[in-house]
Parts: sequence; structure tokens; C-alpha cells
Amino acid sequence: MTTNVTVPNLEEPDTFYADLLAAHEGLSKEESDAFNARLILLMANRIGNLEELKSLLAAAHRN
Amino acid sequence: MTKLFEAPLYPYRPSPDEDAPAPVRHPVVVIGAGPVGLAMAIDLAQADIPVVILDDNDKVSVGSRAICFSKRTLEIFDRLGCGEEMVDKGVVWNLGKVFFGDRQVYNFNLLPEDGHKQPAFINLQQYYCELYLVERIRAMQAQGKPVEIRGGNRVENLHRYEDHTLVTIETPEGAYNLEADWLIACDGAGSPTRRMLDLDFVGRVFEDNFLIADVIMKADFPTERWFWFDPPFNKDQSALLHKQPDGVWRIDLQLGWDIDKEKEKKPENVIPRLKQMLGEEVEFDLEWVSIYTFQCRRMETFRHGRVLFAGDSAHQVSPFGARGANSGFQDIDNLGWKLKLVLDGKAPETLLDSYAFEREHGADENILQSSRSTDFITPKSETSRIFRDAVLDLAEHYEFARPLVNSGRLSVPCTYDGSPLNGPDDASLPKRTRPGSTVADAPTGAGWLLDRLNGDFVVLGLGTDVPDRMEMSGISVIGITVDRDAIGQELRDRYLATAEAAVYLIRPDQHVAARWLEFDSDKIEAALATATGRSAP
Repeated sequence: MTTNVTVPNLEEPDTFYADLLAAHEGLSKEESDAFNARLILLMANRIGNLEELKSLLAAAHRN
Repeated sequence: MTKLFEAPLYPYRPSPDEDAPAPVRHPVVVIGAGPVGLAMAIDLAQADIPVVILDDNDKVSVGSRAICFSKRTLEIFDRLGCGEEMVDKGVVWNLGKVFFGDRQVYNFNLLPEDGHKQPAFINLQQYYCELYLVERIRAMQAQGKPVEIRGGNRVENLHRYEDHTLVTIETPEGAYNLEADWLIACDGAGSPTRRMLDLDFVGRVFEDNFLIADVIMKADFPTERWFWFDPPFNKDQSALLHKQPDGVWRIDLQLGWDIDKEKEKKPENVIPRLKQMLGEEVEFDLEWVSIYTFQCRRMETFRHGRVLFAGDSAHQVSPFGARGANSGFQDIDNLGWKLKLVLDGKAPETLLDSYAFEREHGADENILQSSRSTDFITPKSETSRIFRDAVLDLAEHYEFARPLVNSGRLSVPCTYDGSPLNGPDDASLPKRTRPGSTVADAPTGAGWLLDRLNGDFVVLGLGTDVPDRMEMSGISVIGITVDRDAIGQELRDRYLATAEAAVYLIRPDQHVAARWLEFDSDKIEAALATATGRSAP
């Protein structure tokens, strides 16, 4: 069920990872939590498809 | 000045039943003269079924209580002959503002769909709704319709038999008994009927308190719905401001569960809070204040033999979304015609099981929607609060997040998907009018479609001729033909899509029973049998 959402798909994995960490730099724990929540919602909106989103939720649970 | 809700509207009068040597038998007894009980009685009496309403009170309800009446409710009131009074008095609103903390996050316009007779919503104090329903009953009585409201009649005891219920009633002049072939309990969330019959009331329970206040503003204030998440004047809770007729504004302040109700209700505690909310300079009078407690739950089944439950006695939801009273009217809309067919011997008693099936389904939908709203408004964990706040933050800047903001999903009628009464569908026709759905209103060239569906089974022929009247198994079916050249854009979009013609079988409660691309009386007869519980689909 989760195969198609977990195959590698990032254009530049290292750059994205560095950008993600950089985005959190200087934020408090509380601000980081809020940032993450906003980011998840923005990404979810980009995906849109409910079935795919459910697969992502399941994949994040690693079950 | 005597307020409307202080004047006795149906004072106790001795009934001849009280002196009868043996308990008098009535076909239908309704317990509770609230909005749902009154509407139930009107529906039955319009169909010439004698009905007696019992209520321990004699007045309309105190304070505004249920204030948002949905389009579907107004359509039902139209069929009950009192829609116009409600809409004329009510306040139509379309503009809403959403606040988070001390800032406005966005505003919206409901922009209701064109081509419907009734507006999306009106605001009206519950006491006006009850008044117009009582006035409708008085007008029907003047026309000789068999309906009676007995005020000061408190039901003390019930004894169920297989084919009737024995009702013991206490009045100011003593007790008496009567018998009811069918008993309909519309006696509210605390239903004494439910308690006397020792029936369950289960489900997901979460509890909350609301301070509800009616205030009269001395200056102009815009006709808008204002909703606050976590406002400075009510930290970690929500607030709602809504306009009602007569310059009365309704204010709902969520208080949480662990509060001192008596203390919160005192004007010296309420007024400073309201000043903080409305602004120090706004002058107002406090007309009524109350604390309202809710739970989300329903009875496991709404039918117990010859006793049926409707409205809050059967189900309770949070107030977000106006799904309480509005769903109660959908209950009686569903029950009235079925009970008439059973009483007339034209359908088996088991048809009433479909009332339970369909309205339990409706209650589940309302509980789901209102639970989701409650979870958004009152986050139950730190993580859910982080996401809720993220949604509100984003909504201020980005349109995409606005559909996630949940301050209540306003009541819409339930579609009875999977109902045993549903007949054949044709999948090429629009999904919104599939079997089980409410008929969507539209202009027909000869008046509004819903105005032409007046409590009978109807066969609607769009772009194809259907007979004006058919008798099928003792049931009259009315035919309405809309000629091809009279079909406007709304009818086409809602009922035909790309089809040239269609035939719809419509139930007395204005729900679609079945539909086809062409007229075939055998198929209609079979679908009618299904829709009246006389055969499996």
C-alpha cells in the first residue's frame, strides 16, 4: 500500500535536507513545532489526493 | 413589557378525556410541544391524522436557544404551511468573519447557490419558531383539522403494550389516563419518556458548557457572523456573535467543562466579559443569559415498537453547525408520511424501521460533523493545538488553508445512501439527486419545484410526459411533467446533466426514491413498493 509513496522521488536529497534544517535554525522548540505543522499542511495541499495522503500517514507510522 | 416567552400560549384546559370512564384511545400522541413536536403534529394533522400533543408547560421556550434555521428546515416549514412567516421575520445572513486571538484571519460570503426559493440560513429566536408553529396549529384547528395541544399535561408514567401505550398524565386538576396507538417522544435531550422506558442514550460523550446570552444593542452593528478562536476575552475557548430579529444579538461563549455555572451566569460576571468582546463604548442591555451543556450521543435505535423518538430526545450534538433542531425537523419530515401509510393500512409497520435506519444514519453524520468541529475548536492535545493554530495562521495568508478552518459545518440534509427504500438509479444522471438525496429546488416555469411537491408521492417527468395521477396499490401518485422547452439551466444541471429526459419518483418528504431515463409505469410501481416497505429492492 505504501510502495508508491516511499520510492525515492527527491530531485536533490542533500540540498533539500540542508534547506529543511536551515529553515529551523534560530527557532525555539515551539516555533519549530509550529513551522513543521505549517509545512505539513502546505505539503498536504500540494498532494491533494486523499488516498495518497492516507498512504503517507500510514508510512510515517512505519506499519 | 411582557416578553413573548412569558405569555401562556396553550394554557391548561380540562379535556373530556379526563372524565371518560375508560382511557380514550388516540391514534397518535406527541409528547413535547417544542419545535419538533409541534412540527410533527402539523405534518400528521395536515394529512388528517388525529394527533394530541402533551406538554407540561404552556409557553414557548425562554430565550433564543436554537437560532439558525437551515434552508432544508425552511423547505419543510413551507410544506407545513408556515415557511413564509419564518423567513419574513428571520434575519438572512451571508457574511462571516473569523478571528484568531486578537486578529481577523479572514472573512467569507456564504454566496448561496442561485435557483432556490429559500435562503441558505435564517436566524430566528426559537420562541418565534414555536410561536409560528402554534399559530399554524390554531389556523388548522379553525379549518377543522384534528390537532390538539394540551398544556399543563405532564406525562407521569408509560406502560407499553404490543399495540398501544398507556399514558398516565398529571394535570392541575388531577391525573388521567389515555391510550396511544403510536407515541412520538419529542421531549428533548433530557427526555422523560426515554427515562421512563429505561432506554439507553449512548455514544461518544464529550462535555462542554456554553454561556449563551441575548443582548439588545443600542447602536448599529453589522449583520455578520463573527467567530473567534482563542479570543483575549475568552482565552483557550471560542466565541460567536450572531444577529437575530428585533435588534437582539446572540452571543455564545464556550466555558469548558470545569466551571461554576451559577457564578458564570451572574450579570456582574457576564457584562464585563461582553464589554471586552464588543468594545467598551458599545451600549447594550442583557436580555437573557443561560448556561447550556451538551453531549454528543444518540439512542441506539429511534424506534421501540409503538414508541418513536424524534429530535433531541433521540440524538444530541454540539451546537457548532446548527445540527440540533434542524435535524429534528428532518426526523419528523421522514416519519410523518410513513406513519400515515401505516395507519391507513397501506404499508406494513416495518416501514417505520426505515425511519430509524435513515434518521440514525442522519444522526451519525451530524455527530461526526459536529465532533470534528468540536475537536478543531477545542484541541484535545498539544499536537492538535499546534495543527489548529497552524491552520489559522496559514488561513490568514493563504486561501488553501481556509477550507480546513472548522467553526462548524452548517447543517445540510442527509442523503440516505444505502437505505432499503431506495430504488433503481441511472448513473448517467447527476450524483447530487441520486436516490436517497433531498430534491434540490429549482424553478420549473410554473413555480418552484419544491412548492409543487406537497406531501404525496410524485412522479416528475423532465422532457417526457407522465400521467397526471396514478393509483398504485391504493396510493395516489401525482404526476408532474416539465416540457423540454420549460427546462431551465438549474433543472438541467441538477436533474439531467447530459440526458435528454428523466423520470424521478419522489417521496412525500421530498427525497428521491428512484430515477430512470424514461417513463415505465411497471418500474414505478415496483419502486413505489420498495419505497413503502412492501418489497425488497
